[in-house]
Amino acid sequence: MAVKVMIPTPLRVYTGKRDSAEFTAATVGEALGHLTTQFGDLRKHLFTEDGKLRSFVNVYVNDEDIRYLAKENTPTKDGDTISIVPSIAGGSSLASCCC
Amino acid sequence: MSTKVQSLTASPAVVPATSLSNEEILRYSRHLIMPEVGMEGQLKLKNAKVLLIGTGGLGAPLGLYLAAAGVGRLGLVDFDVVDFTNLQRQIAFGTADVGKSKAQAARARLSDLNPDIQIEAFETQLTSANALELFKDFEIIVDGTDNFPTRYLVNDACILLGKPNVYGSIFRFEGQITVFGMPDGPCYRCLYPEPPPPGLVPSCAEGGVLGVLPGIVGSIQAMETIKLTLGRGDSLVGRLLLFDALGMKFRELKLRKNPNCPMCGEHRTINKLIDYYEFCGVRGEEAPGPNVQVPEIAPKELKARLDRGDDLYILDVREPHEYQICNLNGHLIPLGELPRRVHELDSSREIVAHCRSGKRSAEAVDFLRKAGFRKILNLKGGILAWSDEVDPTVPKY
Repeated sequence: MAVKVMIPTPLRVYTGKRDSAEFTAATVGEALGHLTTQFGDLRKHLFTEDGKLRSFVNVYVNDEDIRYLAKENTPTKDGDTISIVPSIAGGSSLASCCC
Repeated sequence: MSTKVQSLTASPAVVPATSLSNEEILRYSRHLIMPEVGMEGQLKLKNAKVLLIGTGGLGAPLGLYLAAAGVGRLGLVDFDVVDFTNLQRQIAFGTADVGKSKAQAARARLSDLNPDIQIEAFETQLTSANALELFKDFEIIVDGTDNFPTRYLVNDACILLGKPNVYGSIFRFEGQITVFGMPDGPCYRCLYPEPPPPGLVPSCAEGGVLGVLPGIVGSIQAMETIKLTLGRGDSLVGRLLLFDALGMKFRELKLRKNPNCPMCGEHRTINKLIDYYEFCGVRGEEAPGPNVQVPEIAPKELKARLDRGDDLYILDVREPHEYQICNLNGHLIPLGELPRRVHELDSSREIVAHCRSGKRSAEAVDFLRKAGFRKILNLKGGILAWSDEVDPTVPKY
């Protein structure tokens, strides 16, 4: 399944400014795995040390929150868009964002 | 400031307005001739009580549009003072307002725009101790703040009091807007159950905001506030609107009420306001993050040593676009590139690392010390301190 992963502004610093990337993946977890393999610096921002998706990282397939689907095991189909939605608080202060 | 809050509670019940003066009819004529607003809607606006948390980037367009629209009672909460760097986006302020209280300066501007409405300035920091008292006399709370602790505080206070929270936040080129706190809708904790840990918050290398962005996001918040007041249209309740200004794209995600939400779920476990700085792992107002203790050199001492002709290698760990603003003729390796460019440095020479404020360079010094560098110092206070203490011709940013 070809899926598109949307990378939010705060994380583009770890993806060479790329705003999206396409992968072949059967689940959300697989797509995010490919993403963090391609962009290694992203890993610690999305996953804990034991490989779990961080609790403050929100991931959507199309317009649905994967927390209300099958979480990382949520299956994907051709043409799906996966969005990583960061927690942003700004403002323009220096500590106003994270994912 | 607490006196101001108390005076709010003592204010007598206001009799709702049932008519508009001829002057008001003229002022609001472009609303009145729309059937979606009309006389009925304009009276709803006149009787509306809206509290703006923050009068900065988001609060400025919010305040201007809500005042212009005739929202009868506006509260403005801000403890800050207007700074030169605010003027790039906080359009309620003029150059003459620099140094003045934001809440007072905004009140003066909005009163000039619409003298018929009641505007209260609360020059105070919103805290767990005053939030419920401040919120209770208002019907809609609009969150235009800029930090995680206040976001959670506004959310929780709104849920405890059963008031809608018109939410907007921005980062660089990206905005998020929704309405929390409606009876069947989700709250901020449903979307973000917990804040990100301070250690993973990006440094100033990734800060900044394009000035128009808060204008757009704040205007959308103003529109949602007016729609809630009028009871018209489809509000953003249950929908998170994402705005990407660079791509000029709006997207929308479904927001669900989390049945297990500790705040708005079936079994509420948070029944009072908590310490939100502790909750977010932040202490004080400074940007959080790893507070590394490393050897330092004061700007004046560095100047003296350079004048003496000491062999010092200046390492600038800021971003290239920052180097263009001002520099100390250092060798530029952005903090994020340091691990793979460490071979460019000679560990036998004495190195002084610097950034804008000293925080990123402290991380760089810490990293290099762990990599075996022994003769490395951090310029205390960064280029800002250099400008203050050594060379005022170096601009601060």
